Amino acid sequence: MFPPGALVRVRNDWPETRGPVHIRTPHYLRGMPGRVVRLLGAYPNPEDLAFARPAATRALYHVAFDQPAVWQEGQGGDELLVELYEHWLEPVQ
Amino acid sequence: MDKDVPRAPHDLGGVSKFLCEPVDVEPHALTDFDKEVDALRGILGVKQVMSVDELRRGIEAIPEAEYHRLSYYRRWIRSITDNLLVKGVITEAELRAALERV
Amino acid sequence: MNVLETDGEKLLVAVRDLLAAKGLVSSAEIAERIAITDAANPGRGARMVAKAWTDPSYRALMLSDGTRAAEALGIPMRGVAPLGVLENTDEVHNLVVCTLCSCYPRAVLGYPPFWFKSAAYRARAVRDPRGTIAEWGTVLPEGTKIRVVDSTADYRWMVIPRRPAGTDGWTEEQLAAIVREGDMIGVTVPVAGS
Repeated sequence: MFPPGALVRVRNDWPETRGPVHIRTPHYLRGMPGRVVRLLGAYPNPEDLAFARPAATRALYHVAFDQPAVWQEGQGGDELLVELYEHWLEPVQ
Repeated sequence: MDKDVPRAPHDLGGVSKFLCEPVDVEPHALTDFDKEVDALRGILGVKQVMSVDELRRGIEAIPEAEYHRLSYYRRWIRSITDNLLVKGVITEAELRAALERV
Repeated sequence: MNVLETDGEKLLVAVRDLLAAKGLVSSAEIAERIAITDAANPGRGARMVAKAWTDPSYRALMLSDGTRAAEALGIPMRGVAPLGVLENTDEVHNLVVCTLCSCYPRAVLGYPPFWFKSAAYRARAVRDPRGTIAEWGTVLPEGTKIRVVDSTADYRWMVIPRRPAGTDGWTEEQLAAIVREGDMIGVTVPVAGS
């Protein structure tokens, strides 16, 4: 459970390398630090729905990222805002 | 430069190959084919035969070159067909026979 | 040959025939569904924006619960993905994209446009947002930041654009008439002369 303002990191995991998957965490955010803006709700995990498997409900967060930091280029102050499931987020100390 | 990571072909955010490609901002009217495929997917969803997540999975399974070659709704009908086969709603034999009659 | 490699138009006919024969999906249902989908259009979103511009409590509702705000204007939202709304301000301009596929607020804007679904838009919007909106001739004021919203999960996102100058005293109808599809995604901004 992450409160608004919590600092998080997107897990640097690559399930794509281990078999057929359906992942809604864009490649460009894996391993990147971000800030939770708010909880959007809780929904069945699309990673399982995609294969008609029973899907556990997972919390979905809106997470903000410094846009130039993601690409090593861009305009200071710009940000990315992305929906991410809780199991893809780790707390940052 | 692309990030040096094992990116799946549909995961297109920031991909260098497209950064110099102009965005075609013109309106493109949907064809009857497009609308029928769109409607078919919606009905299959409402009837709980195939979810939007399954549709996406099927699209993501399309080999990279084909993914970019096919138009948007041709990706959809390929995925819908794939899912109907995988889920046993139709069989390959039935499908091939039906294609003979088209 | 892999049967999935068959021409899409042939696949559609064959699949429709099989599903009809099995009593799963009829031609009438497809026609009905097309009619329902055709009824959704950017005018719905435009009415919401016009109301948000003139009614602060409706604006607040849109920002806190887009789905309920749409329903309040008679827009059918049952069975539809939750609608999220973000507003453009002096400080921040929002730009919506779906880099993974084409998630779009269809219930309030209609079918997604060709450009929204294109590889060029999906690749460029998150990495070069200013260059992307420049394709429409859109240039933001100095000092305005961009927030790129990648629709990766269950929500569908639309934007409340800034109300343009020169519209004082306009009715909601007059305001709605100048709000275009692109304004509610963030690739363009509305102008009074539209």
